[in-house]
Amino acid sequence: MMPRVRSFKASAARALADTQLQTALARARGGFVDKRAKAVAALPEFEALRRRGREIKDHSLAHLDLYLERFEQAVTASGGEVHWAATPAEARDIVLGICRETGARRVTKGKSMVGEEIAINPALEAAGVEVVETDLGEYIIQLGQEPPSHIIAPAVHKTRGQIAELFRDHHPLDPQRSLESVASIVDEARAVLRERFLAADLGITGANFLIAETGSVVLVTNEGNGDLTACLPRTHLVLASIEKIVPTLEDASVLLRLLGRSATGQAATAYTSWYTGPKRPDDPDGPEYFHVVLLDNGRTNLLDGPFRDMLRCIRCGACINHCPVYGAVGGHAYGWIYPGPMGAVLTPLLLGLDEAAVLPEASTLCGRCEEVCPMGIPLPDLLRELRFRGFTARVTPRRSRLLVRAWASLVRRPWLYRLVTAIAARLLHLLGRSRGSLRRLPLGAGWTAARDLPAPAGRTFFAEQARREKTGP
Amino acid sequence: MPVALFVTCLADLFRPSVGLAGLKLLREAGCEVLAPRAQTCCGQPAYNNGDREAARAIGRQVIETFEAYEHVVVPSGSCAGMLHRHYPALFAEVAGWAERAEALAARTQELTAFLAERPKFAAKTRFETKATYQDSCSSLREMGVHGQPRWLLTSVEGLELVELADTASCCGFGGTFCVKLADISRRMVDDKVDAIEATGADTLLGGDLGCLLNIAGRLSRRGSAVRVFHIAEVLAGMADGAGIGEAPK
Repeated sequence: MMPRVRSFKASAARALADTQLQTALARARGGFVDKRAKAVAALPEFEALRRRGREIKDHSLAHLDLYLERFEQAVTASGGEVHWAATPAEARDIVLGICRETGARRVTKGKSMVGEEIAINPALEAAGVEVVETDLGEYIIQLGQEPPSHIIAPAVHKTRGQIAELFRDHHPLDPQRSLESVASIVDEARAVLRERFLAADLGITGANFLIAETGSVVLVTNEGNGDLTACLPRTHLVLASIEKIVPTLEDASVLLRLLGRSATGQAATAYTSWYTGPKRPDDPDGPEYFHVVLLDNGRTNLLDGPFRDMLRCIRCGACINHCPVYGAVGGHAYGWIYPGPMGAVLTPLLLGLDEAAVLPEASTLCGRCEEVCPMGIPLPDLLRELRFRGFTARVTPRRSRLLVRAWASLVRRPWLYRLVTAIAARLLHLLGRSRGSLRRLPLGAGWTAARDLPAPAGRTFFAEQARREKTGP
Repeated sequence: MPVALFVTCLADLFRPSVGLAGLKLLREAGCEVLAPRAQTCCGQPAYNNGDREAARAIGRQVIETFEAYEHVVVPSGSCAGMLHRHYPALFAEVAGWAERAEALAARTQELTAFLAERPKFAAKTRFETKATYQDSCSSLREMGVHGQPRWLLTSVEGLELVELADTASCCGFGGTFCVKLADISRRMVDDKVDAIEATGADTLLGGDLGCLLNIAGRLSRRGSAVRVFHIAEVLAGMADGAGIGEAPK
């Protein structure tokens, strides 16, 4: 999708006024938070696992080139092929090329954030290839022609009623049928998708981990759509970004224990699939061709510097689920595909700070994201780092830069500061005297639009202290 | 050397009684305490808005003003967090200042955490109220303050403490966030106010004036009867006057 990050404030205002969205968000938020808390509390070694997970990722990133090459060798040895894409455009060309070579006209697709990042669906459709999302959430937003609003729950912004309405509009079935229950919605999607699975020429999936030693691709799902997408068509094409690599199967199992618990509060997702190469001569089924497209899209540039920590992200969504800003406005307001704290860091890194300078501002730096991140990514510090870069590059609005500078220069002159604060305390006290608070404040509408300003007592602390020293309390 | 009180710019300007209460409490805890006159602000507004150059200039001034004291006590988790956690990062690569920043960080504590560690200290006061306590995010996550204020409040006679649902969630203040993204902030503070009212408490307490000004301002705008005090005022027996945002008595 075309990024619309610049209109974050307007999108946020719309989201806050959207009652259906607010209902959907309120319902989802408690569920994710409570389930994660229970799952973590039930595992005494969670903190130890977290440390180990972090070490695994740090080690993998420190030797990224080595493990990626090893992965390629292992994939090749198992009969598959690895393709390297520096940019989204290169990745799209590779995918379209494989479709052309294999004559694929019908594509099924599992959930893939890299797929969103390279906008593969519009590219396939423009080339005359029919593509169907097979993850229920992705299928719903494909019908609604919307981007995902959450990295693990793409249709979390929709209510059941809205989903039933979409199904009625798009499925040529009995208009009198009941779509009241979750089960009836799931059953209908399953029936519709089943035919698509059987007809597909090529299946695209994402990857949660890539295993260097075996050339395996690990995928977690709760619906089993990943396996039907990967195994039924003649070609299985995996879209993955390079930081998904880990050295061994053992390493992936550590990260899997963190992933399910952090994401949905599950000890393990319903399906954890391990794909290694195409069908072997003795295998009863599986794809004939196995391709892995590895996307960089600026990630190697992050290896050297403070944002390397961000490459540890395993896309569990815990930071999103616990973020009060996301909880208020939902994912679409963030204007691209990655919402919440991880999106507020990643989007400016991938699209450029010019495009996305507003996102690092969309945080109170409350620190809950870092607290729940299974990979210990210092998200608030990374947001501060982006604010620093925005300020230094003068991408931050001029008015706020000038205000900060003016404040800082006052703070550095204690005698002047005493004078100015004494006057301000007196003035605000007089303005708010009858009520003890101000309902309106010149130049302070940002504050007083939503709340009163408690009025100062009249004397500053230091004025009061000086007075007491002269006259006694 | 005596203990230094870092009053904080918000207490200096909006709520001097928080600073006065801090001095009184530290004396009750057996400390020799003073509030150095050269202090202004810790530099958070500059730091969190990306102006590290200004934040460092302010930080150097704070370090010079406070480094001679054995303890630096702050009636605010976020200002304490600035000195304790962020100065070392800010000065990590500044020759001659890294060690000084580290040394100051090691001696900086949030007020309730400091008081809870003083064996001589127990609040000797009475405040008839049903209160609830909002953990501010920086106190909780940067300074590890959670049990200390609750424990200190147990010695206030007449005070019944009821827990706030989801007290670990942010009130929507976030420094300049609350004016830059006012709509989102309003929604967050509304959620907080709903949770406060659901407790049935008649008083809200907290240890961070930024959060308290935000919540008190929203309570006042919504016409709520819930009163707001900084915990230092209650512990020091100075909660007999007007609460935050109330008409002067």
